[in-house]
Amino acid sequence: MSSHTGQRALPDGEPLDVNDPRLSRFDIVREGARRDDIEIVHYEPQVAPGTKAERRLVRTVAGFFLLTGLAATAFLAIYIWWPWEYEPGRGGDKLYTPLLGVTLGVALLGIGFGILTWGKKLLPKEVSIQDRHEGPVPAEDQRITGETMAYMADELGVKRRPLLGVSLLAGLLPVGAVAAAPLVGGLISDPHKDDQMMTTGFAPRDGQKIRLVREDGRPIRPADISAGGQITVFPGVEHGVSNRYADSPTLLIHLREDDAVESRRNNEREGHGGYMWGNYAAYSKICTHAGCPASLYEQQTNRLLCPCHQSQFLITDNAKPVFGPASRRLPQLPIEVDSEGYFVATSDYTEPVGPDFWERP
Amino acid sequence: MKRRKFDVAAVPGNTARAVDDRFQVATPLRRLLNKVFPDHWSFLLGEIALFSFIVLLLTGVFLTFFFEPAMTEVIYNGSYAPLRGTPMSAAYASTLDISFDVRGGLIMRQMHHWAALLFMAAIVVHMLRIFFTGAFRKPRETNWIIGSLLFWVGFLAGFTGYSLPDDGLSGTGLRIASAIMLSIPVIGSWVTAAVFNGEFPGTIIISRFFIAHVLLIPALLVALITVHLGLVFKQKHTQWPGPGRTNGNVVGERMFPRYAIKQGGFFMVVFGVIALMGGLFQINPVWLFGPYEAWVVSAASQPDWYVMFLDGSTRLMPDWEITIPIGEGYVIPPLFWPTVVLPGILVALSLLYPFMEARHLKDYRSHNLLQRPRDVPFRTGLGVMALTFYVILTLSGANDVIADKFHISLNAMTWAGRIGLLLLPPLAYYVTYRICLGLQQHDREVLAHGVETGIIRRLPDGRFVEVHQPLSAGDGHGELDYAGWVVPKKMNRLGALGPAIRGFFYPIERPAEAPVSPGHPPVEPRPEREEITSGETRS
Repeated sequence: MSSHTGQRALPDGEPLDVNDPRLSRFDIVREGARRDDIEIVHYEPQVAPGTKAERRLVRTVAGFFLLTGLAATAFLAIYIWWPWEYEPGRGGDKLYTPLLGVTLGVALLGIGFGILTWGKKLLPKEVSIQDRHEGPVPAEDQRITGETMAYMADELGVKRRPLLGVSLLAGLLPVGAVAAAPLVGGLISDPHKDDQMMTTGFAPRDGQKIRLVREDGRPIRPADISAGGQITVFPGVEHGVSNRYADSPTLLIHLREDDAVESRRNNEREGHGGYMWGNYAAYSKICTHAGCPASLYEQQTNRLLCPCHQSQFLITDNAKPVFGPASRRLPQLPIEVDSEGYFVATSDYTEPVGPDFWERP
Repeated sequence: MKRRKFDVAAVPGNTARAVDDRFQVATPLRRLLNKVFPDHWSFLLGEIALFSFIVLLLTGVFLTFFFEPAMTEVIYNGSYAPLRGTPMSAAYASTLDISFDVRGGLIMRQMHHWAALLFMAAIVVHMLRIFFTGAFRKPRETNWIIGSLLFWVGFLAGFTGYSLPDDGLSGTGLRIASAIMLSIPVIGSWVTAAVFNGEFPGTIIISRFFIAHVLLIPALLVALITVHLGLVFKQKHTQWPGPGRTNGNVVGERMFPRYAIKQGGFFMVVFGVIALMGGLFQINPVWLFGPYEAWVVSAASQPDWYVMFLDGSTRLMPDWEITIPIGEGYVIPPLFWPTVVLPGILVALSLLYPFMEARHLKDYRSHNLLQRPRDVPFRTGLGVMALTFYVILTLSGANDVIADKFHISLNAMTWAGRIGLLLLPPLAYYVTYRICLGLQQHDREVLAHGVETGIIRRLPDGRFVEVHQPLSAGDGHGELDYAGWVVPKKMNRLGALGPAIRGFFYPIERPAEAPVSPGHPPVEPRPEREEITSGETRS
């Protein structure tokens, strides 16, 4: 193996004449490196030209590149001709994305490994040492720059003419505020407008009590829910089921007889006497912790679990949080049955629904 | 008239000269071509993040051509039959269109999502490498700060990104984000109303997230990444200690051609892996979640992995509500601590760490040589402690899934997390500290007494001793100094046994001739073992 190490040792600090016709190209490269304070201490071809090893590596690299061409062509063919439109069931379209992924991946990996093999195996290995030049910066330079800057400050003379500094500051501060004003002013929105944090879709409109309706908008009779059952209800107003009333989804539960007795007793204690209708109770579905819908109701224990952070509420104890990070009861919706036999909300929730906030009463 | 012959061979040279006459680039270009980079596999982790980011930009631009960032209600009428006729937001409908009605849209979406997950993962692993090897020390504190910020900006990029489809899962995440903003004392409700333009969900949040996700945050990321790389370039890379390597030099390869070629190849490999993942592994199948409805959620609702530690901290937080009895009374909800205060502390701690460590060690010098984790037990211990804390939080973010799959009580999982979060990190610190000391001790022992040969010798008085191969020349009693780098611990590392024969199925090299008996002291190291290597570990 031929190694360039040790060829033509040069005396230190003496620049080489790069126009010397006797120099090889590598000598010039090395001289260039030397001028950048880099010493190439080791430079060694990994394969000798013309050997079997070299031919094998060349074949490997070429193989990778050809694989890329093949895979990329396959990608294009699949992209154009493979049935890609969605059809229900197990159609060929289900393979469209995986096939694109495999062909694209193989094409890219082919280039990647080809280039890597080329660089790592066919190019000479080298070890070079470069100076960091990170030693102490010339203290003189630091001083000169510092003095220059101080000199500029002197020239401006803010120290001697304090009024200039003060007035400039006084002038610029409002300008900064001007830049911020449209952004802040545009974004700001009163969170208490129309008492929106305290009201839900169940607030009576024009003295009319709001019905509890199902997802499809139909009102609910007591007989629709069997004992121990529960159903998600919404305010029976326009768009009441949509996200416009994201605070309103409510869980209507038909408690079993003894649970209902216990529930009524606990409700009274919490000042929610009369909120239930018969054995039916309605609680906000929006978790008081982070606002997820607390939707996993365990019939046997009467616990309601929020799947986001696992807060658990005991329905028979006026939806008191019994485990997890929630700290506040689920608000209870006072309900009754109207003259036509459908559930209505007696009034809106009497506490704010959803996650807690600073000024919550 | 004599026609001048056109010399093709001289064209490149003439062009180069013409360019240089005008722009004077020859000298800076030579410096660039010659710049030396040290090489080690662990220096490539940050590159994965950079390459993933490039893939993110490419696939992201594609997605913007088809995505409609609006919350206007539309009735879906696309190819995906199960959702046809469902009212949903335009954002969700256009995401379904990208998945089903844009040719090749699904693979782009999935590549974008996988690249984002890989981007964050590479950032974290790269950050661990920097931390455990002390690469953040002077003069690189600024880059450490930029790197930490990149994690949090990437976090925001990820969150705003996966919120865009407005599906059932991301809507729940958005709901929690609004609750987190609400929990901030004093200004919470105002912040939330400003962001959502009123009550959650409002009608504008997707458009606002969109412009943040495709313009503001990427611009910030590009700026930070540019400065990050610029500083690496200016300050030059750190290197492991080793033969010929000092605090004042860089030992490695010149940037061109071999180093740059390897980088290019590595980029294509990362790109290829992302393409394979995007094609083969389903990610975020939004059509299964349905449109966001405030009253629908399923069990096992997990955010992307890099958000899970905050989900975990929220789950583990006890229900400690602080009420302030002034006027009508004010509340600090328990949600505030794990989601606002904890990330705040984490940001501050990570940003300040380099300065705190320098102050603690009274070490204000510049360091360009890396340290092995074992050599700085307290830092390694702290790092493992932080890692344990993070892993417990992340696992707790999935504690309902773990409870379900392993049939453990959910409440037991929560309590295990709460107790584990307090007990395990200090324990991890102690164990790591001891392991570091043990590894150090063994290194020093080998340096003092030599490598174990496995040869047992019986002494005349009947005792058995193991023969050690001293590392130093001479009588074997000269103790070597520990230089902060790998100490050979096996005979074949010394060249005494010949290296293990390489090759998986069949030997790809000839075995070394006539292995020297290990009993022969002292063994001359084989000449090629003396060379200064580029620091790669060779098998």
